[in-house]
Amino acid sequence: MPVSHLLSLLIWLPILGAIAVLAFGRQPGVARWLSVLVAIATFVCSIPLWTGYLPSVPGMQFVENIAWIGALKANYALGVDGISIALIVLTAFTSVLVIIGSWGPIDKRVSQYMAAMLVLEGLLIGVFAATDALLFYVFFEGMLIPMFIIIGIWGGPRRVYATLKFFIYTFLGSIFMLVGLIYLHMKTGEFSLAAFSHASLSAKEQAWLFFAFLIAFAIKVPMWPVHTWLPDAHVEAPTGGSVILAAIMLKVGGYGFIRFSLPITPDASQEYAWVVIAMSLIAIVYIGYVALVQEDMKKLIAYSSIAHMGFVTLGIFISLALVRANVNPLGARLGLQGAMVQMISHGFISGAMFSCIGVLYDRLHTRMIKDYGGVANVMPWFAAFAVFFAMANCGLPGTSGFVGEFMVILAAFQDSPLIAAVAAFTLIIGAAYTLWLVKRVIFGEVGNDKVAKMQDLDAREWIVLGAFAIGVLAVGVYPKPLTDLMEPAVLQLVQQLGMARA
Amino acid sequence: MTAFNINDLWTILPELFLLGATCAILLIDLFIKPTQRDITHWLSLVAVAVTGWLVCCSAPADGQGISAFNGMFLRDGVATVLKVFVLLTTGLVFLYSRGYLRERKLFVGEFYLLLLFATLGMMLLVSAGNLVTIYLGLELLTLSSYALVALNRDSSVSSEAAIKYFVLGALASGLLLYGMSMIYGATGTLDLAKIHAVADFAGSSPHRTLLVFGLVFLVVGVAFKLGAAPFHMWLPDVYQGAPTAVTLFIGSASKLAAFGMTWRLLDGAMGGMHAHWTLMLSVLAVLSLAVGNIFAIAQTNLKRMLAYSTISHIGFMLLGFVNGSSAGYAAAMFYMISYSLMAAVAFGMIMLLARAGFEAEEIDDFKGLNQRNPWYAGVMAIAMFSLAGVPPLFGFFAKLMVLKSVIDAGQMWLAIVAVVFAIVGLYYYLRVVKVMYFDAPQDDTPLALPPDRSFRWVLSVNGLALLFLGVAWGPLLDWCNRALSVVDIAK
Repeated sequence: MPVSHLLSLLIWLPILGAIAVLAFGRQPGVARWLSVLVAIATFVCSIPLWTGYLPSVPGMQFVENIAWIGALKANYALGVDGISIALIVLTAFTSVLVIIGSWGPIDKRVSQYMAAMLVLEGLLIGVFAATDALLFYVFFEGMLIPMFIIIGIWGGPRRVYATLKFFIYTFLGSIFMLVGLIYLHMKTGEFSLAAFSHASLSAKEQAWLFFAFLIAFAIKVPMWPVHTWLPDAHVEAPTGGSVILAAIMLKVGGYGFIRFSLPITPDASQEYAWVVIAMSLIAIVYIGYVALVQEDMKKLIAYSSIAHMGFVTLGIFISLALVRANVNPLGARLGLQGAMVQMISHGFISGAMFSCIGVLYDRLHTRMIKDYGGVANVMPWFAAFAVFFAMANCGLPGTSGFVGEFMVILAAFQDSPLIAAVAAFTLIIGAAYTLWLVKRVIFGEVGNDKVAKMQDLDAREWIVLGAFAIGVLAVGVYPKPLTDLMEPAVLQLVQQLGMARA
Repeated sequence: MTAFNINDLWTILPELFLLGATCAILLIDLFIKPTQRDITHWLSLVAVAVTGWLVCCSAPADGQGISAFNGMFLRDGVATVLKVFVLLTTGLVFLYSRGYLRERKLFVGEFYLLLLFATLGMMLLVSAGNLVTIYLGLELLTLSSYALVALNRDSSVSSEAAIKYFVLGALASGLLLYGMSMIYGATGTLDLAKIHAVADFAGSSPHRTLLVFGLVFLVVGVAFKLGAAPFHMWLPDVYQGAPTAVTLFIGSASKLAAFGMTWRLLDGAMGGMHAHWTLMLSVLAVLSLAVGNIFAIAQTNLKRMLAYSTISHIGFMLLGFVNGSSAGYAAAMFYMISYSLMAAVAFGMIMLLARAGFEAEEIDDFKGLNQRNPWYAGVMAIAMFSLAGVPPLFGFFAKLMVLKSVIDAGQMWLAIVAVVFAIVGLYYYLRVVKVMYFDAPQDDTPLALPPDRSFRWVLSVNGLALLFLGVAWGPLLDWCNRALSVVDIAK
């Protein structure tokens, strides 16, 4: 049987570790080792979550429930299903790599940086583990604070603008969700998500709540047209911040749709699914074109993130259309599975892409494409990794990028071939902007003298990129363990969606 | 009229003790040398602490109340909660201000005495069961406050602030008295509970016009004292002009007392006209949220910014009244307590950075604080995030409870307005964090900390309390809820 309080351990270990890093980390070396130990310990603790999960048992597992605020019936309630477990393991995995990756580049106020990263890790795991809406909201908003600090202190020249925009934009979205949650509390008298999903809500109430959730999660994902904070935040954030932002924080939005919008407001979600699907398609196509013209590598990958996250929202909401309008639960499962796989896969790929840019940035301190050229001549190992991740970003079969997108397109085809066709367009645009980036940065003649002097990867960078590469390949070649893990949760969600509520 | 009851003296024992202690300190202070002023400091703290202990240990049981002197004075749950926090924040004022006052040659006995008298006034105010006791307590508080604002006699800014405060405060007192006289005229009694019972609010009542007018004057007077827009004009000038130690007091402890007065007058006496005054209060609340948050953005002086932020917080607190139920008042009281604790940290930080001849009241004075002293930068950041209402800090949960009471009352649009202004407010709090963490310091030397250890320790604990209460705020909320669920008052 699993360890008791495993989820609490996963949340609080990094946070307590952060306090220890702040307290004992005056020497940068101590701070680095201590934080990497804490991160590895957290990752190791997250493995039993996967191995101890029993797919045959329905509902949440590893449940913890302690009364928190009696007057509101808010509980410190934790629990995970396959979807959360996949995201928690991804969080713990990425955090280790981020902390190792920032050993070199971060040289001022090291202990604060490491502590902020660890706190962020703990809060993110909390978001994925909370089954109480108030607790979820606390983690959801709380994680803005460390990210605000990370971008603001260690970011680029326009970091203050970017971080304020990031904070206020996300706060703006989530505070309307808070009003929605309080409204649901009024209806049900408690804050548990299970109670929320059984609340009887009229069509009008559902519509309001749906849009409250949509604002919050659409900004987080981010979906077109509320994506404008992301390129700024990504460009200015330090490499580690970008990786966490792209690999994990964006997933909170997708996760929110699955945990809140679909179960609590299924009818409104169905009614307005076309809005989300349209926004996703615009993200996939239009943002893809935007990515094509970027001159800043980080911005390009940031836009490509938005486009890829479009598949997540498309997969989630197309499944709704499938289960309701077409009575096709199998297709719905495919769509949801695809969205989930795409979330995990994008976590690996975007994390890896931003790490690659970080490697280049650490050497030349510029992110402009025109400052590079012919990197493959001087950094062959780096080039190999970069091309591999670029291929994954285009969705090459055999990499994780292919699996999720293919499943979503397949599901979309069962609903409407037109939607599938538009979505499939990304395979062309994605390939265009990624390969063009690779051509200009990696291949060709050596761009200038500075590029000629660049050193190939050191051991630390090898570990980071190698680990990401293993993740990308593993999900790409054999995604079955991942889909098996999430299957019961997806199945349950599809059943839930099948029943109208209003 | 019943005869004098000796037991009534037991009921007001904490107040009597504080009065006696204050008089004793007054005498002792006369006979000690200026170099021994620390004696006054510690004696005042002891007096406050003992009073707090007396308040706690003789507190009536939950849901009970004791009335003394024919209903002039009430000891119920609300009085207990508010007194505990009034005394706590007064104690914080004493602890935070010693070094600050000493460096400005303001370390005088008057500061302690005036503050103790003001505290006595607040204790009377929150326990008042009669219009006369309300006025008595209020005047004791405000007259002491006027003098405190003018404590720095040589500063023209301080004197100007004191004059403004005095003139507008006197006007407000006049309005309040006028309203009280109308209500007395309509009901023939000064006792709050009797007014509630006697007043005929029906549309056909011959006293209706008089009562409505009286109510309007009461609300205006209360709004003046709270500093709710559009009666907030005095507040920024007073906050900026007063010595920071006094600003800390006006911004924390006296706001708690003002809440008590508002609740006693509006719910205690005029509860029957709930429908009227909730409308007035929602207008005041929305205006305060707008004025406070929007004007705060333009400020470069931290004290002035915090003054506008106070206005917005008062607006938020008033939203709790809109519900008109004990849960709503409990939320408002909870909010006021959280605000006073947060304001104490913010103003305490200003005093921590201040040195002789340097006030540290500009936002730019906090530039690069994280490089100079990460610990106190963290404390200030906690206070700012908490004021902004970002979870998991205390301020968020206070906002949550008020929002909940507004939504429970079915006023969804008010809740939306409140959260929209919370977003506006976020910006200027974040700016302080930005200045501390992202900007380069003006001088790179480590922060010269004041030698007063008790100040530094208590300020740190105060800051961490905002974090701690963000996790364990349930007991405090329960206490507020219990305090407001009073059923009967024993005579």
